Amino acid sequence: MTDVHEIRIDSSDDIVQIRKVVRTVAGDIRMSLVDQTKLVTAASELARNIVGYGGGGTVRIERLTGPSGVPGVRMVFEDSGPGIPDVELALTDGWSSGQGLGLGLPGARRLVDEFDLQTAAGRGTRVTVTKWTR
Amino acid sequence: MDRVPILKVGDVLLVSIQTDLQDRTALALQEDLAERIVRTGARGVVIDITAVEIVDSFIGRMFAGIAAMSRLLDARTVVVGMRPAVAITLVELGLSLGGVQTALDLETGLRLLGADSLEEGPRRCGTADDRRARDPDRLQ
Repeated sequence: MTDVHEIRIDSSDDIVQIRKVVRTVAGDIRMSLVDQTKLVTAASELARNIVGYGGGGTVRIERLTGPSGVPGVRMVFEDSGPGIPDVELALTDGWSSGQGLGLGLPGARRLVDEFDLQTAAGRGTRVTVTKWTR
Repeated sequence: MDRVPILKVGDVLLVSIQTDLQDRTALALQEDLAERIVRTGARGVVIDITAVEIVDSFIGRMFAGIAAMSRLLDARTVVVGMRPAVAITLVELGLSLGGVQTALDLETGLRLLGADSLEEGPRRCGTADDRRARDPDRLQ
């Protein structure tokens, strides 16, 4: 079953809508309440990064089935902003180039099962995260 | 834009967050609370988040901001009713909510603030005018 949602992220007003969709998709595959909360929180942090640093972008939210038949949720956050000059630094707790607490990326990474970050100077950033039911 | 209602109970301001907050609503709440603390001389603020399904770093920072701001205005803030899933997620996220006092429920939160005027409630059974006459004392 494919179930894909694409949502534009232009301002912080879009973040509430994203949280709602992620919650619904995670609930549909009977993800535990704690894992749902972690996934929705990760989505909120990553969407906030796009508003704050990426100059707007999109998120693609889809449900998928893992190799052993376990359902999960994948989210792809994409922007065409300035990119992240030092990925290792950006993944360090407490480091922030803006007004945030510097928890967005490292925090979101801890809340999901798989985390992939692709970025290129001047071309944007793509963060892909996946969480499986257990 | 929605605004979160602020109730006054004795010398405590009570905020119960019932919806998933937009950022702008959260910022407005911060401003409204500062103004109400000064206007009412409230000694404490209780923020009830029983209905809140997620707290991300922005909302967490808003709680910390309200706590710091109310301290400056001589009031204390207690956040009550955090869901277990929210607490687990906050720890993993790495957000400590530094300086924000928390309590399991509204009752414990009010006790923490020493809001004993509420516990004495049943004994206060004078007329409305009597109560009004007592009010200024309670606010000091």
